[in-house]
Amino acid sequence: MRTPLYEEHKRLGAKMTVFAGWEMPLYYSGIAEETLAVRSAAGLFDLSHMGEITLSGPSALDSIQYLTTNNAARLGVGQAQYTLLCNGNGGVLDDLIVYRIEEDSYLMVVNASNAESDFAWVGGHAFDDTEVRNASREKAIIALQGPGSARILSELAWFDLESVRRFHVLPGEVAGVQCLVARTGYTGEDGFELMCGWDDAARLWSSLLDAGQAYGIAAAGLGARDVLRLEAAYSLYGHELTEDTSPVDARLMWVVDIEKGDFLGRDPIRAARDAGPKRLLTGLEAMERCVPRHGYAVRADGAEIGRITSGTFSPTLRKAIALAYVEPDIAVPDVEVDIIVRDKACRARVVRTPFYKSGNLPHPPPS
Amino acid sequence: MHPEDLKYTSTHEWVRVEENLATVGITDHAQSELGDVVYVELPQQGATLQKDDLLGTIESIKTVSDLVAPVSGEVVEVNDDLADTPERVNDSPYGTGWMVIIKLEDPSELEDLLTSEQYEAFIEEQ
Repeated sequence: MRTPLYEEHKRLGAKMTVFAGWEMPLYYSGIAEETLAVRSAAGLFDLSHMGEITLSGPSALDSIQYLTTNNAARLGVGQAQYTLLCNGNGGVLDDLIVYRIEEDSYLMVVNASNAESDFAWVGGHAFDDTEVRNASREKAIIALQGPGSARILSELAWFDLESVRRFHVLPGEVAGVQCLVARTGYTGEDGFELMCGWDDAARLWSSLLDAGQAYGIAAAGLGARDVLRLEAAYSLYGHELTEDTSPVDARLMWVVDIEKGDFLGRDPIRAARDAGPKRLLTGLEAMERCVPRHGYAVRADGAEIGRITSGTFSPTLRKAIALAYVEPDIAVPDVEVDIIVRDKACRARVVRTPFYKSGNLPHPPPS
Repeated sequence: MHPEDLKYTSTHEWVRVEENLATVGITDHAQSELGDVVYVELPQQGATLQKDDLLGTIESIKTVSDLVAPVSGEVVEVNDDLADTPERVNDSPYGTGWMVIIKLEDPSELEDLLTSEQYEAFIEEQ
């Protein structure tokens, strides 16, 4: 499957890859360069492969409250929240953002890999008078992320950007294209996710790329997207989150409101919370020259005590970082472990997350 | 872009032969597929290898790749600069991105290597 920006990616010389059935840019100039561009200036991402599900009608809020773990009743019009879709066993089906677009109209933006199954699940569990629609092929998403985002967007947006605060969303016109402008993102930087009509995406992309040239904007692919989110210690579905992982172990109880009322997975999650984590999602930093990767074993005191869920070399920090589920008594900063990399032990230490916080570039970016 | 004066392997190494010394690195195609190289693990000077042995590993941001010995012999020199500046492998795969120099034990092994034409045909089929 191709997004409306496929030709743009080819024109920019992207190295393409297939992700969740979509032909997507892995990188254009290089993962390291694009990561650093986002951290120091701005990056432009095609997120049109993601799924969009709209819920509307008087019982839309009730449906969302039942389907997701966070308390959506707290959302005023124009607000958004990160939340989870869980199954009846309290396992995670997806992580997503819910946006309250209008009084009784909500938008869920879900992972590309789960778009179809989420739509079926939401449709199957929503209340009868909630209208559930799959808008995935109607809505394209372009993300503009980095400290220069607001300045770039203000060149093209004829509305007050100050009114779009973090985790807020507003309809607006950007470069003549009608969009939903959301101040959300997956990079740990300031940024915007612009949702427009599928056929408007190419026009919007070109305008943003042109306007951003003076600010050092770079087109950025899925490779950089994965490095950036890992540096910010955000979970990726399929790695940190699966149907077999509990929000307790994933350290996501902050988006679970047990007391809000009944929701799918409530009882098992409450029980898991009361029992305590079995393994805890933890940040690790390699102390030797190795790159920990998904699936590698983590050992301490002669035993396997965990598994890497995601790992990479961080070009921002110039060190290898990873997330892993490890036994709770190991999940303490400065505890040292061994990560098994191709049959050899690589020493690593537990560190606090996020690995990187915006505005703290350790080295000046290359000019 | 694969220089004609070099020989190649189906595991994407190149070999430059000067008398009985073979300089080894990875091809432009290989570095492009790998992306940004972050670590290069190479043998110690003095190590002896057989053709097709694991020569080392190359870690990029997104993946790790094996380096395979294209010829048998003793490793007489290792490019230590790659420890601090691994990006040389991406920027100059045939120049400053060279990896090891092997003293040829059996020059007839060179006949098993590919010409630049054969290598280009090979990667086209991939």
